[in-house]
Amino acid sequence: MSVSVRIPTILRTYTGGESEVSASGATLAEVIDDLDASYSGIKGRILDDAGELRRFVNVYVGNEDVRFLDSLGTATPDGTQVSVIPAVAGG
Amino acid sequence: MSAVTTAEPVTEGQTLREGAFGNATALACRECGHQVELGPHYACPECFGPLEIAYDFPQVTREEIEAGPRNIWRYKALLPVPADIEDSPNMEPGFTRLLKAHNLGRELGIDNLWVKDDSTNPTNSFKDRVVACALSAAREFHSKVFACPSTGNLANAVAAAGARAGIKTVVFIPSNLEQPKQVNSAVFTESLVAVNGNYDDVNKLASEIAGEEDGWAFVNVNVRPYYAEGSKTLGYEIAEQLGWRLPDQVVIPVASGSQLTKVHKAFQELVKLGLVEDKPYKIYGAQATGCSPVSVAYKAGVDAIRPVKPDTIAKSLAIGNPADGIYVLDICRETGGAVEDVTDEQVRDGIVLLARTEGIFTETAGGTTVAVLKKLVETGQLDTSLETVVINTGHGLKTLDAVSGSVGPVATIDPSYAAFSATGLA
Ligand SMILES: Cc1ncc(COP(=O)(O)O)c(C=O)c1O
Repeated sequence: MSVSVRIPTILRTYTGGESEVSASGATLAEVIDDLDASYSGIKGRILDDAGELRRFVNVYVGNEDVRFLDSLGTATPDGTQVSVIPAVAGG
Repeated sequence: MSAVTTAEPVTEGQTLREGAFGNATALACRECGHQVELGPHYACPECFGPLEIAYDFPQVTREEIEAGPRNIWRYKALLPVPADIEDSPNMEPGFTRLLKAHNLGRELGIDNLWVKDDSTNPTNSFKDRVVACALSAAREFHSKVFACPSTGNLANAVAAAGARAGIKTVVFIPSNLEQPKQVNSAVFTESLVAVNGNYDDVNKLASEIAGEEDGWAFVNVNVRPYYAEGSKTLGYEIAEQLGWRLPDQVVIPVASGSQLTKVHKAFQELVKLGLVEDKPYKIYGAQATGCSPVSVAYKAGVDAIRPVKPDTIAKSLAIGNPADGIYVLDICRETGGAVEDVTDEQVRDGIVLLARTEGIFTETAGGTTVAVLKKLVETGQLDTSLETVVINTGHGLKTLDAVSGSVGPVATIDPSYAAFSATGLA
């Protein structure tokens, strides 16, 4: 399952400056593992030591925050857009 | 604490002038303490935590502050702004009135109650404070565009401040926002963008745009650390207006939670600088039940906040995924306060209660805050013998619809004395 992943500015050091990369996997967890295989170390930035999403990162599959879906178990069908975005306060 | 590092290369041609950020020294991660250079950065490159401004404050005296202008720049030494900030066009928000609320206090049984009325700022909400600081940062970064995702009030403030400063503005709002808030932005900018979705969707979009477009200063995204400091002035003013002392209790509306955390930061700084005496104070957060993720977490006694899909008339507070929510929980718990929520019906009643007791017309955020104050008294969570300040953050004319169905003429009569007599009002 090939998906497109939007990379936030602070992680572009891992992707050689690329803001959008492709990865594969049937679930978000697999996509993040695949990302880490291509861009070593990126997983440790998105997930904490317990393997959970860090508190201040929001991950979207399509337009939906995965916290409303199955979190890391969220399905990532072919062609899905995954976005990794820092949480920001103030609105 | 790790050494100061550069999060990413500073954009070409972007030389910062000496003193561009006043006494600010760096950006520090609130989670892990990692520091990065002052720049348009907002997320910790190590852990994604929020970056906050760190300072090396000089000795500041009450007299120096009192000699300053009657706006937020009287506190410029405590903000990330240059010493010549007053020379640049801005909206000069702040130093709003602190009113003794005798009638509301009597009604609720609170001996010593004040309303900090921020509805009298230039665009009628507290957002003019944060935007003034964000504008200063945008200017120092030579930004071309001044932008924001907003629940309404921020869009109003950004659009107006940008117009006055002569910088292009683009503001993004949820498309279902109250009509007056839309007009209040569109009148100042030709680039109001309504997005089909809630605030959290708009916020996501803005973060993506901020990651792609050079030269855009999104006030609450990439210049958020500077922006957020503006809310500290609410705390400074309350203390100064009380005669340089802290109140015992403050009730503050919570959307993202940024404002509440900054009022707390302000109180702490005043103590540290010796401008007020140290004393215990309690901070209470107010939410509308239809969007109350922080209140729910508070009541459940947990630290993690579960995002929600908002459904409330308090649209300015309708942030379902509040990034500073966990800090609100920490602060309210540590200080001995609480986080409480009220129904839309109670929000409406809160608006009318404040209007009929104090002559202040607040928007739904203020209705929420007043209603929460009432509920805190009724449930025994607030000590009515202690000096209490309630913050009114926005003006009721922007959310007329919230109460237009519940207030109106008591009678419609012919212009005759007999008809008037018949109403029984005499
Ligand atoms: C009138 C009003 N009050 C309070 C708030 C809450 O502010 P914060 O996001 O800092 O919690 C907002 C936010 O938009 C607002 O417009």
